Amino acid sequence: MSLETLQIIWFGLIAVLWIGYFVLEGFDYGVGILLPVLGRTEREKRALLTTLGPVWDGNEVWLLTAGGATFAAFPTWYATMFSGFYLPLLLILVALILRGVSFEYRSKRSDPQWRRRFDAMIVIGSFVPALLWGVAFGNLVRGVTVQADGQGGWIYTGGFLDLLNPYSLIGGLTTLTLFLTHGAVFVALKTTNPLRDRAQQLAVRLGLVAAVVAVVFLVWSQLAYSGKTWTWIPVLIAAVSWLAGIAANFRGREGWAFIFNSVTLAAAVSALFGMLYPYVMPNVDRALPGMTIADASSSEYTLTIMTWVALLLTPVVLAYQAWTYWVFRQRVDPKHIVDPYAGSLDTPAEAAETGARAREAAGSS
Amino acid sequence: MDPLDIARWQFGITTVYHFLFVPITIGMAFLVAGLQTAWVRTGNDKYLQATKFFGKLFLINFAMGVVTGIVQEFQFGMNWSNYSRYVGDIFGAPLAVEALLTFFLESTFLGLWIFGWDRLPKKVHLLTIWLAAVGTAMSAYMILAANAWMQHPVGYVFDPEKNRAQMTSFTEVLFQNTAVIAWLHTISAAFLTAGALMAGVSLWLIMRRKSGAEAMARATLKVGAVVAVVAAAALGITGDQDAKIMVQQQPMKMAAAEALYETAQPAPFSLFTIGTLDGSEPIFSLEVPNALSFLATGTFDGRVEGIDNLEQQYQEQYGPQFDLESYTPNIPVTYWGFRLMIGFGMLAALFAAVGWWAARRGRTPESKWLVRMAIIAPLMPLLANSAGWIFTEMGRQPWIVFGLMPTAEGVSPGVGAAEVLTSLVVFTLIYGALAVVEVGLLLRAIRQGPPEVVVDPFADHGDPDRELTVTY
Repeated sequence: MSLETLQIIWFGLIAVLWIGYFVLEGFDYGVGILLPVLGRTEREKRALLTTLGPVWDGNEVWLLTAGGATFAAFPTWYATMFSGFYLPLLLILVALILRGVSFEYRSKRSDPQWRRRFDAMIVIGSFVPALLWGVAFGNLVRGVTVQADGQGGWIYTGGFLDLLNPYSLIGGLTTLTLFLTHGAVFVALKTTNPLRDRAQQLAVRLGLVAAVVAVVFLVWSQLAYSGKTWTWIPVLIAAVSWLAGIAANFRGREGWAFIFNSVTLAAAVSALFGMLYPYVMPNVDRALPGMTIADASSSEYTLTIMTWVALLLTPVVLAYQAWTYWVFRQRVDPKHIVDPYAGSLDTPAEAAETGARAREAAGSS
Repeated sequence: MDPLDIARWQFGITTVYHFLFVPITIGMAFLVAGLQTAWVRTGNDKYLQATKFFGKLFLINFAMGVVTGIVQEFQFGMNWSNYSRYVGDIFGAPLAVEALLTFFLESTFLGLWIFGWDRLPKKVHLLTIWLAAVGTAMSAYMILAANAWMQHPVGYVFDPEKNRAQMTSFTEVLFQNTAVIAWLHTISAAFLTAGALMAGVSLWLIMRRKSGAEAMARATLKVGAVVAVVAAAALGITGDQDAKIMVQQQPMKMAAAEALYETAQPAPFSLFTIGTLDGSEPIFSLEVPNALSFLATGTFDGRVEGIDNLEQQYQEQYGPQFDLESYTPNIPVTYWGFRLMIGFGMLAALFAAVGWWAARRGRTPESKWLVRMAIIAPLMPLLANSAGWIFTEMGRQPWIVFGLMPTAEGVSPGVGAAEVLTSLVVFTLIYGALAVVEVGLLLRAIRQGPPEVVVDPFADHGDPDRELTVTY
């Protein structure tokens, strides 16, 4: 294959990895943010976290793979974007660190303050990336101030505040509201009543808000930054599928709603990558040169090797991740959580106290 | 302050911190998989207890390894963008393979293992922990191949048009001897780390006469001690091979490891030196004659190049292109890093063996010193691992890629000192706080000991209304 073909393939593959990341971790960001909203009791919170337990880490690997693939296939893009979007990435990293340990550590102790702290970290840790990835993509599509350094590299010359423009902030709100809806639908799909009903009703309302925000963002993107007619197609697919998702939700068909939402996320990412092409970091001033996939890409040899690796491994990964979802397909019933207040690493004294508190709570309800 | 220095401190701090968790994860994944296999094969409850108990310690540790690992992948681009661009064509490939081949494997199958106790058939569940363990070991291979390329770049050409290095042979990059030996050495270190942890914790449980834990703890003390001793032997053999490769590929690092200023034939190895910190004017030095010659060349009278000679040689070889002030790494750090690595590693194995001996054939030792030893044994390999990495990375300086790119040229040109300093402070504070939380949880888990009563988690499969055995 020619270098040009390989570059297009890898641009597409990186879009696919972002789709995987948005579809999968999108919902667990949503669930994380909604933890205190949907989880009214400790028992419900534990049920919500348990729906994520077996899958969140595997979902996050889609991001790591997108990062690694960008490094390998478009090193100049990786170098300029990661050093250019320095502070937002730092915030995202902090968020991912905090939420990751919170999932694992939160229920190890019964101490209410301990749990409140980790709950807060789960909410913030899910909120920050859900918002900032949209801001980052908005800035990519809008263009940034970049220039070639004359030695093969490109430098981002803008500052942090340049990233906070209205269009990109709406991009942030778009990913945030899409993920919130996606998360609520996932909860409806994975839990039993009354949690399920509550999540479904919330998903309808969130879905309507998201519809407005996302349409504004995607149509703005299309009109202002695309320059291609064909990108209307994924934009329209995203919109129609989202409405179908809301309708499915309204009728209590959360499985279909989840699929429609996923199609929307996939179509939206495709639209954004379509608008970017042939650039990876267009210049905000379109009269000035921006970084194209040809400027950014690895050599033909490396791209060929990586194509083989991706062709061999991706189907295997998809197969076993799908199998995981099949293994844990059963709904999580809050009733089946043995003792929600107890921490698995409580000392004997703490365990006795928790037992008393649980009995009290049971007596008063 | 210079962004270069801050970026280097940040890389050092975040990487050494990340590598506290990595060897525990790799070694413990295999040991827990082994224990669970023993339970599946024998049905003996003590092995199920051991699987659950050490599995808990393993998972508390694993969470930290995962989240600190994300930083690793991002900071190449954030702080070292020139480096990333210049060598991404080569260096990016093993990283991408690592993510696609091994991160997915580890994370997915560990999720299945943690939550699959009441969902999967017994043997399938056992397979999940083995797959996760294999994933961790393969992950180590990929990142070590990437690091080996920085120590000894092969399989590439320089493209003047793009002004960067480009890969010509992926197999050479992946399978050069530097990568293979570094992996064998690191995996051995992972087993020493996990073995010493298991032995130390088990001895503590025995000496504290933790109720219901004795049968398990005696079995796991033996496993941990044997693994630690065998791993220490493997570390000696692989370390010796590694040193011989290093002498050929990075002679300056070997000279710096000994603070050998003048070329010597034969060369002695000093166990320790009192004098100036960089060993240039020793007041007293305990030396083993001819030992460095043997270590470096395999013969007792082999010639070992000294720092001064090499410096002069490098000035001539690289001076015209790079014009660096000095080609000599920081000698106190390399000299002591090398010794502390070996010393702490040997102590770990010794402690594990002594613990096993003291508790042999049902004995329950009482000595206060043994309790202290049980507590510090798991820390020894962590210190050795850190010292080893600090030695090998500092010993490569002033290069980020040996002979190809100086470290100073690797930093991000568009990132200012304030930004790097912000991230350094943020990571250091968060990592410090998380260390306190993590150690607290590990100590709770150890004090709690293994579950006294274990029920076969696979016994009541199929009841749709059963309680969940594992929840978050």
